[in-house]
Amino acid sequence: MDKMLHLSVSPHTHCGRSTSSIMLDVIIALLPATIAGVVIFGLNALLVVAVCVAACVGFEYLFNLIAKKEQTIGDYSAIVTGLLLGLNLPATTPIWQCVIGALFAIVVVKCLFGGLGYNFVNPAITARVLMLVSFASVAAPAFPAGVDAAAGATPLVQLANGESFDLLTLLLGNHGGAVGETCAIALILGFLYLLARDVISWEIPVSFIGSVFVFSFLMEGDAMKALALTLSGGLLLGAIFMATDYVTSPTTPAGKLIFGLGCGLLTFLIRYFGSYPEGVSFAILIMNLVVPYIDKLTKHRIYGGKKA
Amino acid sequence: MAFFLNSIPVPLKKNTADKPSVRMTDVKTVMIPMLMHQGTPATPVVKMGDLVKVGTKIAQANGELSSPIYASVSGKVTKVCDYLTASGKYVPAIVITADGEMATEEGLTAPTVNSKDELLAAIRESGVVGLGGAGFPTHVKLNVDFENVETLIVNGTECEPYITSDNHVMNERAGDIEFALSAFKKHLGIKHIVIGVGNNKKTSIENMKELASRIEGAEVIALPSTYSHGSEEAIVFHATKKVLPQGKLPVDIGCVVCNVTTIAEIGKYLKTGMPFVERYVTVDGSCVKEPQCVIAPIGVSLEELFAFVGEFECDPERVVYGGPMMGITVPSLSAPVLKTTNSVLALSEKETKFPKETACIRCGRCTNNCPLGIAPAAIEKAYARKDVEELVALQVTACMECGSCAYLCPAHRPLVQTNKLAKALVKEANN
Repeated sequence: MDKMLHLSVSPHTHCGRSTSSIMLDVIIALLPATIAGVVIFGLNALLVVAVCVAACVGFEYLFNLIAKKEQTIGDYSAIVTGLLLGLNLPATTPIWQCVIGALFAIVVVKCLFGGLGYNFVNPAITARVLMLVSFASVAAPAFPAGVDAAAGATPLVQLANGESFDLLTLLLGNHGGAVGETCAIALILGFLYLLARDVISWEIPVSFIGSVFVFSFLMEGDAMKALALTLSGGLLLGAIFMATDYVTSPTTPAGKLIFGLGCGLLTFLIRYFGSYPEGVSFAILIMNLVVPYIDKLTKHRIYGGKKA
Repeated sequence: MAFFLNSIPVPLKKNTADKPSVRMTDVKTVMIPMLMHQGTPATPVVKMGDLVKVGTKIAQANGELSSPIYASVSGKVTKVCDYLTASGKYVPAIVITADGEMATEEGLTAPTVNSKDELLAAIRESGVVGLGGAGFPTHVKLNVDFENVETLIVNGTECEPYITSDNHVMNERAGDIEFALSAFKKHLGIKHIVIGVGNNKKTSIENMKELASRIEGAEVIALPSTYSHGSEEAIVFHATKKVLPQGKLPVDIGCVVCNVTTIAEIGKYLKTGMPFVERYVTVDGSCVKEPQCVIAPIGVSLEELFAFVGEFECDPERVVYGGPMMGITVPSLSAPVLKTTNSVLALSEKETKFPKETACIRCGRCTNNCPLGIAPAAIEKAYARKDVEELVALQVTACMECGSCAYLCPAHRPLVQTNKLAKALVKEANN
């Protein structure tokens, strides 16, 4: 008898990319913002991020253990969720609140719905929104040492009050806010990395950020102020890293453009007419819910067939 | 959104493109299955102990959708055994022990061709079938009314990684291609011939342009050489600017597509009377130290063929007929070279290793890179529910199984396999 060979359906080769390599790329892309956050807000920022990451990975491990499911922490998605949650919180967030946020993100939003790929809203965003409405410490921004916190206002609030804000400060991030949201340069670096590695495409960040800029410009009639508004708050972090979450965003380029535009419009409406100063998280969360409908509307036309 | 004919960045690894092909003549035995084409198996006309020469008919076509088979070596018929085809069917196979002479059958003369019927009969007698891989009998494909069918498309795109057999045929057999196309033009009444060549094959393009200049109404187009631009869907679109409607054949929109090697082998028969007994086979893969495009007798075992080009660099994990994207794995190295075998690849464990499967993360790579715009991720979910209605709406039956989705899927989901199963489910439900 001849030696038997491996029989399999085609294709017999693979590009080499995996779920974990994609998650690793996202982690790498978030490193500049994480480092900037620690430099700007001090070691407390590192503690918040580290606790969120550790708690997210720990809860996923425990959930899989208790539910007798295959262990999934090796896909690194829990690390991404933890990082994003930490970067979306002020450096002053108490540790126990971070742990509750991680518990909600991983167990309630992700694992109870079936784990990675089955959650219909972004876990980090949803946890952040829960914390925002529950804990005053999360709603209040942290300020870097040396920055006058007496005014108690982030650039977004100051701009809304008609004050102007220095663009360089916005780019460097030396102002009040959440750990990972203030340094625009670090976030844009991460964006370029994700594009270069073909992890995300341009449609969602560009339509999201672009539409906020356009709406702000229409309201303010001042391009510099619109730009300052665009670089403020959680817009870049949300548009680049949270709205582009594969699981909770549309699949096709057309769908992504619609999704980004919707996020931009909602962010603008909440910022100008809502009771919260910032609307990025709410906007993404709301748009997450309509993804199945956007997907349905924006299917590809199939070669030689009707629109599916 | 018109969003089709995407290609994907699979490395093409055409290692053997610049080396001339080598003919393999020292063969011990050949095993020739009676079914190497689509249709009915051929009927053996030799028995154990018969002496045959290269070009001796050993099996005759059984009905119209069938093809005769000829001995590829000289020697003695020593066995008739069962052969399991890739589609899971047992057919007889004739084993010939070679005498090492490679003596050719006496009295082979070029067929007399003065009409369409005579040409089609000659093509049938040549034993040539669709040599790009499908194996559809060419005399049946060309038996159409060329009053309504304007264009013959000759496919020389060859976009799968590794494979260079069409490339070598275009470089080494331009005379045979020209002979066949001239005969087609004269007797079939074809008005327009488009030869599509992948733009990575510069010499082939020049050769084809030169012969096209001598045939009225013939032209050469250079196609993108990225994967999967060699598909019938792609070449029909590039050649005619028409989209092939689902469930239709090219003939329904006024064209016929033939692989370039098919044309060359028909040309050789029309010129010399020597039927189809050997073919260009690219022997490559990560386990092959010195890859080579070999002119191999039909029926030679892959073991002999791989030994002919040298030793393995490493133990093959999978051995494949055709390319790594769409090829068919063989159960063992005793498998023979078939009429449709344009390439045999010995792939290492490293090259064929798929990392662990995870849940679909909805990254959209499958859907956004499908050359036909199909949504494999959605099909997978619909198939899991056995939702035939949804599978029909997702047009799974259009899938040509090019493998682009599964190649790119970071979750390593078996998308091609699921599409195949989903197609079968839809077909079953329709019956």
